[in-house]
Amino acid sequence: MYLQIMEQIREKVAVGEWAPGEEIPSIRMMAVAIRVSVITVKRAYLELEREGVIVTQQGKGSFVATDPGLAPRLFDREFNEHIEQAVRIGTLLGLSSQEMALRLRDTASQISENQVRDEDLAKETL
Amino acid sequence: MTDLAVQFAGVTKKYPHFALTDIDLELSTGGIMGFVGANGAGKSTTIRILMGLVHQDCGTVDVLGHAMPMQQAVAKRDVGFVSEDMRLYGPLTLAWHMNFVRSIYPGWDQRYAEDLLRRFDLKVEQKIKGLSHGQRVKAALLLALARRPRLLVLDEPTTGLDPVARREVLSELMAVLADEERTIFFSSQNTLDVEQISDQITFIDRGRIIESANKESFLDRWRRMRLMLPPNAVLPRLPGIVEVGGSARLPVLTVSRFEPAMVAACQDAGVAVQAVDAMTLEEIFIVNVQNRREREVA
Repeated sequence: MYLQIMEQIREKVAVGEWAPGEEIPSIRMMAVAIRVSVITVKRAYLELEREGVIVTQQGKGSFVATDPGLAPRLFDREFNEHIEQAVRIGTLLGLSSQEMALRLRDTASQISENQVRDEDLAKETL
Repeated sequence: MTDLAVQFAGVTKKYPHFALTDIDLELSTGGIMGFVGANGAGKSTTIRILMGLVHQDCGTVDVLGHAMPMQQAVAKRDVGFVSEDMRLYGPLTLAWHMNFVRSIYPGWDQRYAEDLLRRFDLKVEQKIKGLSHGQRVKAALLLALARRPRLLVLDEPTTGLDPVARREVLSELMAVLADEERTIFFSSQNTLDVEQISDQITFIDRGRIIESANKESFLDRWRRMRLMLPPNAVLPRLPGIVEVGGSARLPVLTVSRFEPAMVAACQDAGVAVQAVDAMTLEEIFIVNVQNRREREVA
């Protein structure tokens, strides 16, 4: 459960909903808001501190780290996790790394084609 | 002053067909303990002793610094108790009950009570006998919460509630804990509720405490290891194996004292570790209880 909380906080920081240096809810407030025990939230905050995503100051509260490279790093990390997951399943399917790379390229070009088409459609309807 | 809201030490109570044996429990102020056990495991007896309703044969029970059952009158000023078998007066309205409780407890907080009425979607003019099970549970909880007790003792607060009512009740319990001086002790058969909101978890089975620990470290200690055993390899000796399942070539170990070093030990023995999975509280509870019962038989 603490892993889910970490994930949600990383996401908020990555998309800038929680800005660098901004104060985030106290452990207890967060626990009440999401109906999860204090000890679980405490664990998530501790691990996020270890990752350098947040900073906790004794008696003052917790803040988003003021590291400018943080948001891109979090996206990069999420990207890596998805790639790892895809490769793991690909291996189970017996795909070679060339085949996996090909599939990735196909998906990327398909998504960009769809985007172009959607944009064209949008222009036409205007 | 102690910072323990509840403390049991060596508590024993014998009945002709059931015994509660050597119960030790500690719950710090500001925490929430989920008390889990099957039907007939001893949850309600433990709670009755906590409330001074049943007197232990031996051992000591301290509630908010007061020895139970001797000082129960003083302790109960600050304890709110809700149990399934607690009856409200059927022909009377919720308003009557609220006035009644307010007349006894000076700490009654009318504004909070009105907030709760709204959040629980209850109407004061309604008679108790016309309420559904869920509404009755929420009414009883409202009467206990609005007194703002320092300790809440709840016997199966979410049993029989629909998902919406359960969510309302869990939210309100968490809201109580926003105040660091308030403590909750609740029993439940629903391991999901316990896993979600408690800081401390206690398992009871056949009248004995089988585990009582901080939830996070507790969940961390239990893992399922899915292994692949090559033809000539032998499983290494690992500490804390509770159960070996799966097949001969693809064994699944359930361990109660997981350490990352165990993965390395397997790999050194030529055994491939395919996955190390976390377990839900429900899975842990079932394996734990079965394992202890088997050992008792043997």
